[in-house]
Amino acid sequence: MSATRIITPDTYDEDGFPIEMGLMDTRLGVIEPGLRCKTCGQRVKDCPGHFGHIELAMPVIHVGFAKTIYAILKSTCRGCGKLLLDEKELERLRKLYKKAVERGENTSYFVKEVVKLANKVSHCPHCGREKLPIEYDKPTTYREAGHKMTPSEIREWLEKVSEEVGDDLLLLDINPEVARPEWMVLTVLPVPPVTTRPSITLETGERSEDDLTHKLVDIIRINQRLQENRDAGAPQLIVEDLWELLQYHVTTYFDNQTSGIPPARHRSGRALKTLAQRLKGKEGRFRSNLSGKRVNFSARTVISPDPNISINEVGVPIDVAKELTVPIRVTPYNIEEMKEMVRRGPNPKPPAGVVYIPGVNYIIRPDGRRIKVTEENAENVAERLEVGSVVERQLQDGDIVLFNRQPSLHRMSMMAHKVRVLPYKTFRLNLAVCPPYNADFDGDEMNMHVLQTEEARAEAEILMKVQEHILSPRFGGAIIGAIHDHISGCFLLTYKNKEFSKDDAIRMLAAAGYMGEVKDKMTGKEIFSKILPEGINLEYKAKACIGCPTCVKEKCEYDAYVIIKDGQLVSGVIDEKSIGAFKGEIIEYITRRYGNSAARDFIDRVTKLGIAAIMVIGFTTGIDDEDIPEEAVLQINEQLEKAKKKIQDLIKAYEEGELEQIPGRSLEETLEMEIMRVTGRARDQTGEIASKHLGMDNSAVIMARSGARGSMLNLSQMAGCVGQQAVRGERIHRGYRNRTLPHFKKGDLGAEAKGFVSSSYKKGLSPTEYFFHSMGGREGLVDTAVRTSRSGYMQRRLVNALENVKLEEDGSVRATTGEVIQFVYGEDGIDPMRSIRGKAVDVDMIIKEVENE
Amino acid sequence: MKIDILKHELVPHHEILSEEEVEKLLKTYNIKKEQLPRIRIDDPVAKAINAKEGDVIKIIRKSPTAGISVAYRVVSKEII
Repeated sequence: MSATRIITPDTYDEDGFPIEMGLMDTRLGVIEPGLRCKTCGQRVKDCPGHFGHIELAMPVIHVGFAKTIYAILKSTCRGCGKLLLDEKELERLRKLYKKAVERGENTSYFVKEVVKLANKVSHCPHCGREKLPIEYDKPTTYREAGHKMTPSEIREWLEKVSEEVGDDLLLLDINPEVARPEWMVLTVLPVPPVTTRPSITLETGERSEDDLTHKLVDIIRINQRLQENRDAGAPQLIVEDLWELLQYHVTTYFDNQTSGIPPARHRSGRALKTLAQRLKGKEGRFRSNLSGKRVNFSARTVISPDPNISINEVGVPIDVAKELTVPIRVTPYNIEEMKEMVRRGPNPKPPAGVVYIPGVNYIIRPDGRRIKVTEENAENVAERLEVGSVVERQLQDGDIVLFNRQPSLHRMSMMAHKVRVLPYKTFRLNLAVCPPYNADFDGDEMNMHVLQTEEARAEAEILMKVQEHILSPRFGGAIIGAIHDHISGCFLLTYKNKEFSKDDAIRMLAAAGYMGEVKDKMTGKEIFSKILPEGINLEYKAKACIGCPTCVKEKCEYDAYVIIKDGQLVSGVIDEKSIGAFKGEIIEYITRRYGNSAARDFIDRVTKLGIAAIMVIGFTTGIDDEDIPEEAVLQINEQLEKAKKKIQDLIKAYEEGELEQIPGRSLEETLEMEIMRVTGRARDQTGEIASKHLGMDNSAVIMARSGARGSMLNLSQMAGCVGQQAVRGERIHRGYRNRTLPHFKKGDLGAEAKGFVSSSYKKGLSPTEYFFHSMGGREGLVDTAVRTSRSGYMQRRLVNALENVKLEEDGSVRATTGEVIQFVYGEDGIDPMRSIRGKAVDVDMIIKEVENE
Repeated sequence: MKIDILKHELVPHHEILSEEEVEKLLKTYNIKKEQLPRIRIDDPVAKAINAKEGDVIKIIRKSPTAGISVAYRVVSKEII
């Protein structure tokens, strides 16, 4: 098995040639071009590499098996090497084991059982020898009754075990046909081929060896010294020290993160990456190279918005389009077209008025030869193009690609788009698809993958296109929809039914792609109705609805009751609830009633209409949106004073012992709760006062009320007062002894001393307020950081647990082994994506539809 | 005092299937008995209805999604 024994720790001689019987011996394979492997006679490309070996002067424990060795030592007799179980017990376990094997079950838990039973025994049932307690010191030390055992002793013991225990080794999870316990103590160490640990030659000509090679050098050096010392008859102490050192090096060679010993380090102080580190974890061989792979035909760049392309499209920069290709097979039907395309070469000059036409980068001849098309050979290659070749054509408009933004948390993180080749250097995407990708344009980058086979393209187009994902499988509602200005625009257009001149109406409707007649004067609701599908009927409460006890429907003073009758918006204002992502009632209904294409068309139009409307009407927001009149400021101050007074009263009552205790709470907790209630109320009241002076003529209010951006709470914090700051749900109380900051008296329980911010963001915070606000803000940041990492790990475990569960054709949910997990999917057999917010049928909607007919 | 657990509100209805019913069930799902979910023979309800190893128990429970849902489990001795 071994190609050679390795005895010298040196790698190369002065001429840079591998030393024989060194770690780079050419019998272990070759990594330099030109050299031939001495074992197989092949060159770099073909030689797979061959193992060598180091003969260890003294045996050492293999860390990977340390626990198994411990289990065997604990459950066998040192004297006779047999299992410390009587025949009856053994027979019972053998039977159970046989049964488990027949059923194909996991048998590894038998070890635990054997160890447990052997632990109860005080004398060997076979030879009567007393069983001494075995201790295990991580990582590789074993003690028998406090006396340290050498690896040699352990090996002898294990040899006895493998002879005596025989087939019962199966109970210890060892198959005696292929493995023997004493092999867990190493006397020979395999040396992996050089191909597994290639050295790198730096530009300076200096050689830099792999971490594994470094580790092997250490092992050989110590091994040599140990041998010399032992042969020279050195004192026992020195030999033992060297032996332990050899154990350390062999242990770290296998796993450099073994607990209990310091990791071996490079000269620079960096911990060495040894065998276990190559495999383990996110950057290890499994997760990084086997479960995940780098791919070709992909591109990554910054994203930016383009409201003029459809949600189904993605804008691809010309530079990217020229690099990525689609393979086209040459047939008798397209050979002329293909010849023409090849003739253009890789860098075609587009005709006047066109920005881009696709060229060809490579062709693959029927014999499999790949030819790069250059400007020089294009003509030639085109002439000789034959049926059966494959032309690798550059991207063109309409190609199907996959588009992805990390983290890919749900299936909408990777959707199929149609290519639109555009100038400049960013990927362009429609704003309505930002929510499913969770994308914004503050520097986000996204990946694009070009599909290479017809099957993949068909599958992507049918299953993965954006329009197929308008409804979310999470709750059966729309997940793609209008955002920000689209909502503000549609809100302004339809609110209070403004009238628009023919000019303005045409401008807006043309933007939305409407081709029909336009009346002289049109109301906003009429204009919006033009993009609704014909004959659509809907009735629901808008976001603006404040939830009056009795709904007056179309007579709502806030215009919050939406009625769409026969394709006409009769009453109600269009806001987030109608067209927004995650909420859009109209989008949801159109998708279900008229199909994905109609919904895609509606989203494309409504976003354009919204933008056109907001441009015609005009919209701006600034700090003066939070201006409130003098008297309101006075009112707010008055409220704040009142609240502070109330808190003082509470504190006084507490100090005098007159505070009434809430059941189940201490007096202090009662006080804190009461104060928190007062501060909360104070913020709400100031907010109310502020919003009384901020009407629907205020842009910030329009955004908050329509659901475009921001909330009324944000506004009241800007105009009124920021409110109580909290850490862990309590008023801020930590800092100095008995006080939060040195600005306050010790033991002060008042509002200001415990983090109540009475200023507004606009007015500005005082230094102490600013400090408390930072404390609350810090907690928020830490929480999000902790939450993302924790939920990420939870998701990983969930995915790993459920990855082999699938839905069968008969509606049952099964594991890949065929075991039934659910007899009917979700117990009701409903696909949530095709459900109506989780329900199979919407009875109310059906009744309404029947009524309308 | 001994409580009849079968009458408890949180214990769904369990019943042992007849042999013909078992056969029909296995046929509809095209599975072997081992592929059914299991219930331990020392499960309190299994003991209460006197189930034997290899019996198939039909469980009818309330479901938040479907109203009523039916599941089947095979009685098994193993600890797993």
